[in-house]
Amino acid sequence: MFESKTGVFFVAGLGFFAFAFLSNAIVPVLMYRHLPEKTVEELVNANYRYQVEDLAQRFPESFTKYLGEPPTDPQAAQDWYNEKAAELLRVGHKSYTGEGCWHCHSQFVRPVSNEELRWGPVARSEEYQNELQRPVLFGTRRVGPDLSREGGRRSSDWHAVHFFQPTALSEGSPMPSYPWFFDGSPERPNLRGLGIIAYVQWLGSWLESYPEYESYEESPLLEVELNPAADSTDDSTDDNAAE
Amino acid sequence: MSEDTVNSDASPREPLVDERIVYWYFLTAVGYLFISLMGGFLMAFQLIRHNPLQGIELLSPGRWRMLHTNAIAYGFIANGFLGMLHWTVPRLTLHPVLNRKLSWFIYAAWQVVVVGTAIGLIFGEAQPLEWGETPVWIDPLAQLGLLLVAINFMAPITQTKGPLYVSLWYFIAAFVWTFLTYAMGNFVPEYFVSGTSAGAVGGLFIHDLVGLFVTPLGWGMMYYFVPILLKKPIWSHGLSLVGFWGLAFFYPLQGIHHFLYTPIPMFLQYGAIISTIAVELVVTTVVINFIGTIWGSGRAVVTNIPIRWFYTGMVYYFLTCFQCALQVTLTFQALIHFTDWVVGHAHLVMFGVFSMWQLGMMTYLIPRLLKTEWYSRKLCEAHYWLSAAGMLVMAGDLILGGLFQGWSWAALQPWDASVEVSQPFWITRVFAGIAIFAGQLAFAWNIYKTWQLSKASAEAVA
Repeated sequence: MFESKTGVFFVAGLGFFAFAFLSNAIVPVLMYRHLPEKTVEELVNANYRYQVEDLAQRFPESFTKYLGEPPTDPQAAQDWYNEKAAELLRVGHKSYTGEGCWHCHSQFVRPVSNEELRWGPVARSEEYQNELQRPVLFGTRRVGPDLSREGGRRSSDWHAVHFFQPTALSEGSPMPSYPWFFDGSPERPNLRGLGIIAYVQWLGSWLESYPEYESYEESPLLEVELNPAADSTDDSTDDNAAE
Repeated sequence: MSEDTVNSDASPREPLVDERIVYWYFLTAVGYLFISLMGGFLMAFQLIRHNPLQGIELLSPGRWRMLHTNAIAYGFIANGFLGMLHWTVPRLTLHPVLNRKLSWFIYAAWQVVVVGTAIGLIFGEAQPLEWGETPVWIDPLAQLGLLLVAINFMAPITQTKGPLYVSLWYFIAAFVWTFLTYAMGNFVPEYFVSGTSAGAVGGLFIHDLVGLFVTPLGWGMMYYFVPILLKKPIWSHGLSLVGFWGLAFFYPLQGIHHFLYTPIPMFLQYGAIISTIAVELVVTTVVINFIGTIWGSGRAVVTNIPIRWFYTGMVYYFLTCFQCALQVTLTFQALIHFTDWVVGHAHLVMFGVFSMWQLGMMTYLIPRLLKTEWYSRKLCEAHYWLSAAGMLVMAGDLILGGLFQGWSWAALQPWDASVEVSQPFWITRVFAGIAIFAGQLAFAWNIYKTWQLSKASAEAVA
């Protein structure tokens, strides 16, 4: 078996691969089979709807141009906004994947390295059980911060300017600029611009803690300073720095 | 083995090896290598905030970053391996490939796949899975191409009688695995499962693409060329067996180690960690086997440039595997995951090991394909030293930088601090990249001049 064609082909080639696929892929698939996969329409929640209506008010020109006018009947307008919110999510997701955003931004908070303090609740399986996580956007590298709890932390205006020219708001940012999301200026996002802003505002909108603001309390790490001698001499400067 | 006797065995006119297709695969591979390097430079200059081509949609660093990795995997490494297989498989089996026309069809189809992927990525049609970014409309074609590759090479292999060469174990397994891996990564997480399960499948794919496509073809190549170049057999057949079967069993089980601390069930994460550490032990046996092989002929590393490429790549292979056994533990992961440590590791594997082996193989074969000595041995030396040293600097630099990034994050410094602390490392990386690029330029120029010489000598004969 160990040196024969059939042994190599069937045992090593097919057999070991199948064993790995069963144990490493089919097992989690079976474990999560009771978690229904949400469609994009089901992902539209009140927090996110608010953000979409906010976009319509901040960028009325762009919004009307690319998505149309809401109907006057309030009930019909509700449905219309929900529909547009889902459409924007799809458009934004396409840009997020097509531009390779996920190569520099992760979408999961780990239970280690103080990530809960920086970004909020640790990632849970249910959060990823939807159409937009096909394939999942966990990410493998963080040049920029994790984005899974980014929604609502900053205004859509901020995001518009940031996508147009990141260094205008975040000095020293190595993020590329995305002028093709706009019709010439940050006040006029095009459909892709509205989509990517909506998508980022949606991230984390399903959580109780939305929006997850950064904590400006003093870092808890200072209390466990390793070198007490240095601690006592640095006290005054620490206080100033913490503001 | 003597080619003449072989030729008389088979059809009397057709040579065993179609040397032209080998040569064309190599030229194409080197072409894609340059495209991949350009993608790397765009991202590298973006990170040090000096991208001169900022704000142009079709030159977006985010999109070219995907082209960078895809061009190296499917453009450079895959084409290089296909050329290598066309050279080695007929020699190992004493039978030509199934069909010569099919070979050329596969060559053309594969370039359609690679160019199509590149165009799709540049126009923003990527799918969000590392190395699975290939746009949806390319996937079925690539899948068909891989099937044809397997059929074309399995035909001569099935005709052989008696025991197989070690290389052929690896090749047979690679044909099966590559086909299955590609199918798994490009269809399952896109169409069948989402969320955490898609993460598990995605992890398997990222890992298997290196472990079950590149690695077995790479080792198969080593088991073929190293004994030929050193003119002696592999040191221990038993260790070859341990290496192959250990790799075959443990390698496919590790995918989830790319997503530790995710919501993927913890027992699966532990399983992946244990099999990863297990495979590093297997790798050690393979490396010992190759050290045993060169034992007593160590000077070959100085005199024989291809051997030097192979053994440098192998030392890098051992380094990256050793690094892997450490970084796969949860202790290391907490610090280094998401940092440039991993990027350094990836470069060391894909360029430091497999690309270097291929460049060594090309350095050996191109003069044989062109029937002329290299135009300049000095350029060969420059190619080697710039690549090997550039790689060492790049990998060391990124791995070290990753530690600083990880500590900066864990210390809850403002995010910008981790970007600032990375700058010196990113700047160093650009210079390492320039060295590697210069090395490849020397190689390309050398090929061009050698081709000119070969033309001149062919005319002289005529």
